[in-house]
Amino acid sequence: MKVKVISRSEQDFTKERTEDVQKVYRNLDPALHPFEKAHEYTRALNAAKLDKVFAKPLIGALDGHADSVSCMAKNPRRLNCLLSGSMDGDIRLWDLAYRRTIRQFPGHRGAVTGLAVSHDGEHFVSCSSDCTVRLWSLPQTEMGEASGTDIETQEPVVTLQGKNGFRALDHHWKGPLFATTGAQVDIWDHNRSDPINSFSWGSESVISVRWNPAEPDVFATTGSDRSIVLYDMRVSTPLRKLIMQTRCNALAWNPREAFNFTVANEDCNCYTYDMRKMKSALCVHKDHVSAVMDIDYSPTGREFVTGSYDRSVRIFEYNAGHSREVYHTKRMQRVFCAKFSGDATYVLTGSDDTNIRIWKAKASEQLGVKLPREKGKQAYMEKVKQRYKFLPEIKRIDRHRHVPKAIYKAEKLRQTVANSDRRKDDRRKRHSAPGSIPNIPARKKKIVQELE
Amino acid sequence: MAATGVEGPPPRKKARKSDGSADTPKPSLEEAQAVIEKQQQKDTRKKAVKYNRGPQTKLKGIQDKKLKGQLRATEKLYGEAATSAAKVEQWLLPAEAGFLEAEGVERTQNYRQEAILPHLDLTSQRKIFDLRLPDLGPYSLDYTRSGRHLLVGGRKGHLAIMDWARAQLVTELQVKETTRDVQFLHNESFFAAAQKKYVYVYDKRGIEVHCLKEHTDVLKLGFLHHHFLLASVGKYGVLRYQDTSTGAIVSQHKTKLGRCGVLGVNPYNAAVGLGHSNGTVSFWSPNMSTPLVSLLCHRGPVTALAFDVEGRHMVTGGIDGQVKVWDVRKFQPVHAYFSPQPAQALDVSQRGLLTVAHGSTVQVWQDALKTKAKSPYLTHRLFDNSAIADVAFCPFEDALALGHSGGFSSIIVPGAGNPNFDSFVANPYETKKQRREAEVHLLLDKLQPETITLDPYWIGGVRKAPKELQKAQAAAEAEANRKAALQAGKEAALKNKAKGKSKPTKKHRKKQLNIIDNKKATVSADLASKQLKRKQESAVEDSDADMLRSSALARFYKR
Repeated sequence: MKVKVISRSEQDFTKERTEDVQKVYRNLDPALHPFEKAHEYTRALNAAKLDKVFAKPLIGALDGHADSVSCMAKNPRRLNCLLSGSMDGDIRLWDLAYRRTIRQFPGHRGAVTGLAVSHDGEHFVSCSSDCTVRLWSLPQTEMGEASGTDIETQEPVVTLQGKNGFRALDHHWKGPLFATTGAQVDIWDHNRSDPINSFSWGSESVISVRWNPAEPDVFATTGSDRSIVLYDMRVSTPLRKLIMQTRCNALAWNPREAFNFTVANEDCNCYTYDMRKMKSALCVHKDHVSAVMDIDYSPTGREFVTGSYDRSVRIFEYNAGHSREVYHTKRMQRVFCAKFSGDATYVLTGSDDTNIRIWKAKASEQLGVKLPREKGKQAYMEKVKQRYKFLPEIKRIDRHRHVPKAIYKAEKLRQTVANSDRRKDDRRKRHSAPGSIPNIPARKKKIVQELE
Repeated sequence: MAATGVEGPPPRKKARKSDGSADTPKPSLEEAQAVIEKQQQKDTRKKAVKYNRGPQTKLKGIQDKKLKGQLRATEKLYGEAATSAAKVEQWLLPAEAGFLEAEGVERTQNYRQEAILPHLDLTSQRKIFDLRLPDLGPYSLDYTRSGRHLLVGGRKGHLAIMDWARAQLVTELQVKETTRDVQFLHNESFFAAAQKKYVYVYDKRGIEVHCLKEHTDVLKLGFLHHHFLLASVGKYGVLRYQDTSTGAIVSQHKTKLGRCGVLGVNPYNAAVGLGHSNGTVSFWSPNMSTPLVSLLCHRGPVTALAFDVEGRHMVTGGIDGQVKVWDVRKFQPVHAYFSPQPAQALDVSQRGLLTVAHGSTVQVWQDALKTKAKSPYLTHRLFDNSAIADVAFCPFEDALALGHSGGFSSIIVPGAGNPNFDSFVANPYETKKQRREAEVHLLLDKLQPETITLDPYWIGGVRKAPKELQKAQAAAEAEANRKAALQAGKEAALKNKAKGKSKPTKKHRKKQLNIIDNKKATVSADLASKQLKRKQESAVEDSDADMLRSSALARFYKR
C-alpha cells in the first residue's frame, strides 16, 4: 500500500518570532476564486464612491492682497515659489509650502498686468497700466524662512518707462529677453533701456503674449481685435494672424507638443490650434458658462487649467471636449488667473476676492509619501475603475459634479439655446436647395479669417 | 588557405557522425538544457489553459484601429497573467495532493482505516477518531471555509465548535431543543442553528446573538459566502434569504412543493438547489419568485444533493436508489450509479471525490463525476451500525467528517483535499489580526444579491440584440444600401467617349446598367451558390456510383 496524505506542520505556515512577517501562500486556481468579475465590479464601484468621499480639492488660500489678484507667475527653477500681482499695484512673493508672503515689491502706481520670472530664476519683470515695466531681482529664500510677521520690502533694479499702459508680459525661455504688449508688442533686453524690437499688425491693443517653450524665437499674442497672431523674432514682421468671432483673453502653449496651443475665449470655450494648420481648431473645449479669463498647461502637457468669469475653475484633458473637473467655492469670485504648479500636482488660482487658492490637480489624490502597498492598491483600484467605467452606476457616480445654482442654470440655458440653434439650422437646411448651406463643423465655426 | 582547409582535420559535425554510428551520441549540456527548457515551456502552456479567461477575442473583423489595439493589449495581458499563474503553479505551490495506491491484487476499497493508520505520520493519525455520543445524535456538521474549525450539532440540542486539527474544543452548549441543522456564517465567530421553531445565531463563545423569527421550522441551512446570505428551507417549503451583514430578509420564495430538507449551494454561481419530494431539483436566486431551472431528477423524493467545487457537476441521490451525476451547465444527466439503499448524504471534495453515505456505510468514489467509475475508492462502516446523517469533506485536508446517530467520526481519505490553500481566500493558520482584516475585505467585496444569476460572468459583458432584431437591422441596412446604389447609378455622370454611344437610348441603357450593379452582385452570388449546390449533388451521385461499383451489382455497372 502506498499512502500519502496532506500533513502540514503548523511551524511551516506560521511565523516563528513575533517580529517575522506573516507567511502568505497564493493559489491562483480559478476554482478557489469564483465570481472574479463580480468582485472586480464591486471594487470598481467602491473605488468610484471612495473617490467622491475623498474629493477635497481645496488645500488653502493665500490672503494678503488688498485688491483683486490680476496676474501670477511661477518660477521655472523652483516649486515652492509664486509671484502674484494685484490691481492696486502690489506684488508679492509667496512661500507656497508655508502659505506666507516672503517679500513685497512696492512701486507700481497702477494695476499690475503682467509678471514673469526670468529663465534662470534670478530676476523677474512686471508691467503695469502705469506705463512702466520694472525689473526686480528675485530673492533666493529657503523654505520656511519667512518666519516673522513683518514683511520685508524690496526696490526694483530698473524701471523702464513706456508711452502707453502695458497689458501683458512674458519672459523668454532661454535668454535675458521679455515681451510686453499693449498698443504694440515690444521685445526688451534686461540690459537695454529701450525695446530692441517692436511689432504691430493693426491698431488694436494686444492683450496677452506667450513664448513658445520649444522654439525660442517664436511667440504668440492675442489681441482685442479678436485676433491670434504668431511672431518670429528672426523676421521683422508677424507671421500669421487668425481672426475669430470673439476675442481670446489668454493663450498657453502645450509644453509637450509645442506646436499646439490653446486659447481661452470670451465665448466660454477654449480652442486648441496647431500653429501649422490654423484653418480649423484641433479641439473645442466647452463647459464654462462665462468668458474664460486665463489658461495654463500642466507640465505634463496632458491637461490644462482654466479660470473663468463664471467663478469656477476647470481642468480639461488636452484632447477632451468637456472638463474633467470643476472647482468652486462659495466665496471665490471671478477668477482672473490660473496656474498649474511645476510638479503638476497643484492648481493655483487668483480671483477677484483678493485671494489666491491652492487646489489639488486630482481632487481625491492622497498627497505625501505613499507606501508601496498603498501605491499598488491605488493603482489596482484605478485600473478596475477604468475597466468598468462604462457601466451605468459607475459612470453616474464618476461623472457627477455639484456646481453652483447659477452655473447649473446657465448651463441649462446655454444647452437650450444651442439646441434651438441646431434645430433652426436643420430646418433651414431642409428647406433650402441641397448644398446651398454648407455644413460647417464646430471647430471651424468661430474662425472668421486667416491672414498671412 | 583552401589547401590548408582540405588538409586540416575534418569538420566537427562529420566527426560526431562517425562516432554516432558506433554508439548513441551524447547531447551537449546546452542541447540538453534546451530540450528541458522546451519541455518546461510546453508544460507551462498546457497548465496556462486553466487560467485563461474564456476564449480569445477575434481581432480579425474589427475596423476600429484604436479598439483593436486596446483589445490586443488586453489579450496580451491576459496571456501573460495566465502564463505567470501557470509558472506559480509549477514552481511555487508547496505541496502535492495525497494518494492511496494498492499493490498487487489488493484493491483500495478493501482498505480499512485501521489498515491505513500505521502508514500515516503522527499528525495525520490523529485525524482518524470517533466520538461516541449515542444519546445526543444524529449529528449534522459544517466546516469553515479554511477547514480549521468544525461545527457539530446533535439532534437533541448539543452544539459544539472544535478546532479539530488541534483537537481543542472551542465552545460547547446544550440548547435543549431539537436542532436539525447547523451552519457557520462567514467565519468561525458566528454560526446558525436550525432549532425546533426558529433559527438562532450564536457566536463562538456560545452566546445567543440573534433569533431569526422569520425562519420557522427550518430543516436545512445554507450560506452564500460571497453574498453574505443565509438561506433556509423547511417544513413548509419556503426558501428564505437573509442578509447576515445587514440583517434584512432579502427574499422569501414559496416553492409550493411541500416539505423540503435538501439544500445545496452551487459555488460557481451561488444558485441554491433544492431537492423536492416529487423528485425534482429546483434552482433559485433571490431575484425570481419562480425557480430559475427545475429538473426532474428522480422517481420519488430527492434525499441528498451536492455540487462540486467548480460548479460543473451536481450529484443527487433519490429514494429510488439512484445516485445521479448532472452537468449543471447543460442540465443533462452524465452518469447514474446505483446504491443499495437510498443515499442519505452526499458530498464532493475539492479534488472531486464523491462520498455516498447510506445506513451505516460510507463509500468514497474517485473520478466518478467526469467519468463513470466502476468501483468505490474507499469504503467505511460506522461503529455499532449507527445511521449516517451528514457527511462533509474538510477543505484543504484529506479528511472526511461523518455525523451519525452514534456520534461523530472522522476518517482519512487520501487525495480528497486541495493541498495548497490561498492565504487571502481561506487560511487555516489565520491569526486574530488576519481574521479581522479578512472580515473587512469580505464585507467590502460583498456581492449584491441582485447579481445572482445562472451565469455569474454576465456582469460587465455586452448583451447582444435578439436574433430577430439583428435580422431586421441587417435587412434595413441592405435595403438602404440598395437604394443608395440605385441613386448613385442614376446620378453617375456618363462620359461621351465615342461617336454614337451617347445617344439618349444608349445613355438610358447605360444608366440602367449602373442601376443593376447591386442586383448583379446578388444574381452572381445566387449563381455561385447554385453552382456549388450542383457540384455537391454531383459529388453525392459520384459516391453513390462508387458504392455501386464495389457492390455485388458491380458487374451490371456500365463502365
